[in-house]
Amino acid sequence: MSVSVTELADRTRRRQRREAFVTHACLVLGVLIFAFPIYLTIIGSTHDVNTIGRGDVPLVPGGEAVANYTQAWGVGGGRFMGVPAGVMLLNSIIMAICVAVGKIAISLTSAYAVVFFRFPLRMLFFWLIFITLMLPVEVRIIPTIQVMVDLNMTNSYQGLIIPLVASATATLLFRQFFLTIPDEYVEAAKIDGAGPIRFFLDVILPLSRTNIAALFVILFIYGWNQYLWPLLIVNDRSMETVVVGLTKMIGSGDSQNEWNVIMATAVLALLPPVAVVVLMQRWFVKGLTETEK
Amino acid sequence: MEKKVYFKGIALPYLLLLPQIVVTGLFFFWPAAQAVRQSFLREDAFGLSSQFVGFENFVDVLSDPTWLDSAFRTLIFSASVAVLALGVALFLAVQADKHIRGADTYKTLLIWPYAVAPAIAAVLWLFMFHPNIGIFGRMLNALGVPWDYKLNGNQAMLLIIFAAAWKQVSYNFIFFLAGLQSIPKSVLEAAAIDGARPMRRFWTVVFPLLSPTAFFLLVVNLVYAFFDTFGIIHSLTQGGPGKATETLIYRVYTDGVMNLNFGSSAAQSVILMILVIVLTMVQFRYVERKVHY
Amino acid sequence: MATLTLRDVKKSFGPTAVLHGVNLDVRDGEMIVIVGASGCGKSTLLRIVAGLETATSGGVIIDGQDVTPLEPADRDVAMVFQNYALYPHMSVFQNMAYGLKIRGMAREEIIRRVDEAAKLLGIGQLLERKPRQLSGGQRQRVAMGRAIVRNPKLFLFDEPLSNLDAKLRVQMRAEIRQLQRRLNVTSLFVTHDQVEAMTLGDRLVVMHAGHAAQIATPMEIWARPADTYVAGFIGSPSMNFLSATLMEGGAAARLDTNGLVLPFADGPRAGAAGRKLTLGIRPEHLQIGTGGLDIHVELVEPLGGESVLHGRLPDGTALTARLPGATYADGPMGVILPLESLHVFDGETGKRLDPRD
Repeated sequence: MSVSVTELADRTRRRQRREAFVTHACLVLGVLIFAFPIYLTIIGSTHDVNTIGRGDVPLVPGGEAVANYTQAWGVGGGRFMGVPAGVMLLNSIIMAICVAVGKIAISLTSAYAVVFFRFPLRMLFFWLIFITLMLPVEVRIIPTIQVMVDLNMTNSYQGLIIPLVASATATLLFRQFFLTIPDEYVEAAKIDGAGPIRFFLDVILPLSRTNIAALFVILFIYGWNQYLWPLLIVNDRSMETVVVGLTKMIGSGDSQNEWNVIMATAVLALLPPVAVVVLMQRWFVKGLTETEK
Repeated sequence: MEKKVYFKGIALPYLLLLPQIVVTGLFFFWPAAQAVRQSFLREDAFGLSSQFVGFENFVDVLSDPTWLDSAFRTLIFSASVAVLALGVALFLAVQADKHIRGADTYKTLLIWPYAVAPAIAAVLWLFMFHPNIGIFGRMLNALGVPWDYKLNGNQAMLLIIFAAAWKQVSYNFIFFLAGLQSIPKSVLEAAAIDGARPMRRFWTVVFPLLSPTAFFLLVVNLVYAFFDTFGIIHSLTQGGPGKATETLIYRVYTDGVMNLNFGSSAAQSVILMILVIVLTMVQFRYVERKVHY
Repeated sequence: MATLTLRDVKKSFGPTAVLHGVNLDVRDGEMIVIVGASGCGKSTLLRIVAGLETATSGGVIIDGQDVTPLEPADRDVAMVFQNYALYPHMSVFQNMAYGLKIRGMAREEIIRRVDEAAKLLGIGQLLERKPRQLSGGQRQRVAMGRAIVRNPKLFLFDEPLSNLDAKLRVQMRAEIRQLQRRLNVTSLFVTHDQVEAMTLGDRLVVMHAGHAAQIATPMEIWARPADTYVAGFIGSPSMNFLSATLMEGGAAARLDTNGLVLPFADGPRAGAAGRKLTLGIRPEHLQIGTGGLDIHVELVEPLGGESVLHGRLPDGTALTARLPGATYADGPMGVILPLESLHVFDGETGKRLDPRD
């Protein structure tokens, strides 16, 4: 060895300390990059319209929070005198919950049918569901709108929700999970005299609890974050979801706008999905990595 | 994998499958088939009749220099978003996976942006980079950089790339973290004993073992950049200035919904559908024979 | 090749102390087996030597150099892991060459060393395979090969045989021992298996609850266990323990169960009459006969040439005997305790009591 052990030890200690510091520094920087835009928005939502419009972007909270949020919640604002955020949030919550529950319900039943029964054309149906993975709404905009018009489903909650409840990913996840349920359970159920419906309610549903919870988080976010679909289907502004409504408030992004109200609305639009993800983090991470693999 | 034990019955499984099949049939397959049909038709000026034109729509689209520009732009945009989002996420995941104090807090603080809708992410970035009201937009102008993404196409492109990547990092982070945690600790320890320093360990052991995750994420990120970024572009730049940020998916929307050019829009849809199918197949082929484990 | 010294090594994970100060001197070329039940701290000790864990206090000295603050890379040790920890994306050759490549060794020298080690281990034909294409025994050999090519100062083995089936385990055990002798590398071998420990080690470290309960040669440990824990842990079936009381000025013990007086064959023990003792006797040392203990045999396990008898004393204490032959039946039986085979321990601390000089 060309260097003495004590020197090597010193160097090691210094390097370890430096590495720990660099790691923390990188992570703090990363956290800041993601937190800063939100911070700025929250700050903006506490100032009056002129402060922001002048461009004197402040970095500390102002005193207009109550006024801004009251206006955002009850009246709305922005370029085209938007819809009150209270209404839009309610629409978003209805849509997100219904889409999540609907997707989970029909995926559970179809996965159950495909795994626990034998019937003609079983695999064909499975593949049909699977293929929908490859047909995002973005690539079939016009004919889908046509179908919605024909079925008289535009401008309705049904139109907003029902076409989105088909889910290949959720069906695949439940199928995967059902396949890991030991055959003995089915045999035991048969011996105990339980039919397929009893078995579903008494065994499959309780066993699927964590998977359902995890999927709910992911699908709630999915439903909440929909953009193109509500944009196409809903013209009636009283049914607008908050994500679409927010961008409509901004319009083409002119400087003269009620930015304070817009920022308050943005904060309100962020709160529910972020809260769901943070509060259910454990389930959500597990569910996400398992659905996609 | 198939179950050996199953329930008897024919009517029940069909009943269980019915909702999923009806929804996919009505809102996925029918419109997709319509898109294919329309892509071979051309309507007259008044939209009263249409006639079969073979591959003419496809030829028109593929020989339209503006469409090709748009395709090239999409490629640049998607590649940039994927590289940026994957690179940052991998870097942060590696840091957060180390044994450091507060690792769990860092993880939570890096995971939550998953909940942010692409359109909302765009709005947050608008708040920062608006030339008049955004803190960074004003800063750039004050420093003598003429910043206005509403006038400068390259700046508009940069902005949507950053907004789109910013939103996708947390998703990639979650998967990279899961991938890192699935590498047996003893393999890394063996490398440490073999004399590999952290950097070397990362490039010769960790990274090769993460490559299946990285590839999976690459496909997911490309699909995201192609389709899910519609909300970002729509709320930030509307494809402008000029056509500087018009990606293929945005163009389908403009041609179909705004300009009512159904034949061309349908042909574009079909091309995109083929693209999604190819990407999905590649992904499943690769995931099926996942490498190392 | 090197010596290894552990100086009062202590380790705590948060509030839980897992090592309470371990001292050990390993001679050049010696094979030390660290044995103990799970959770005794044996693996932690090995990992501290490797540099994978940092001792809370104390020192690790390899070849006279204090390496305590150094990282694994700077210690020049090699380790064979319980799950082998082969690099899944590298071929067998690359697995073995990895450590040499990092040290910047010339390509020809790497090839020469890997070939030599592969020949030694009989895996020459596997060099192009990936780990997932190998059987458990082959993986084990590759893991050994990866350690051998490095020609390190120390070999560390972390329960390397526990994932193999019984037959292969016996075979690999012998091979490891031969290899270690032939290469003459100072080695630490961690295991929970006492047979592995007895057959492999020049000396054993019996770990118990974060302490080195005894450090000695296998035969010494078997013949003169330092306390009741070691006595019960080494040897199969386990040693029998009977409570007794010191009497006759330390020259004899009286069994609490039936008052039988047993004079010590090797000399008197220190202490006042009435001192509480624990007497130990190995099952294989019991003999059939009257005038000793009356037991009731409840189960006979014939092993072929000999039998293991599980019985009980009238007061319910269990007693196990290993006797030659296979002609035993359940029911009453008399056994005698040869005086020269008795182990004497303190009744309270469990420490061995040797004759006073």
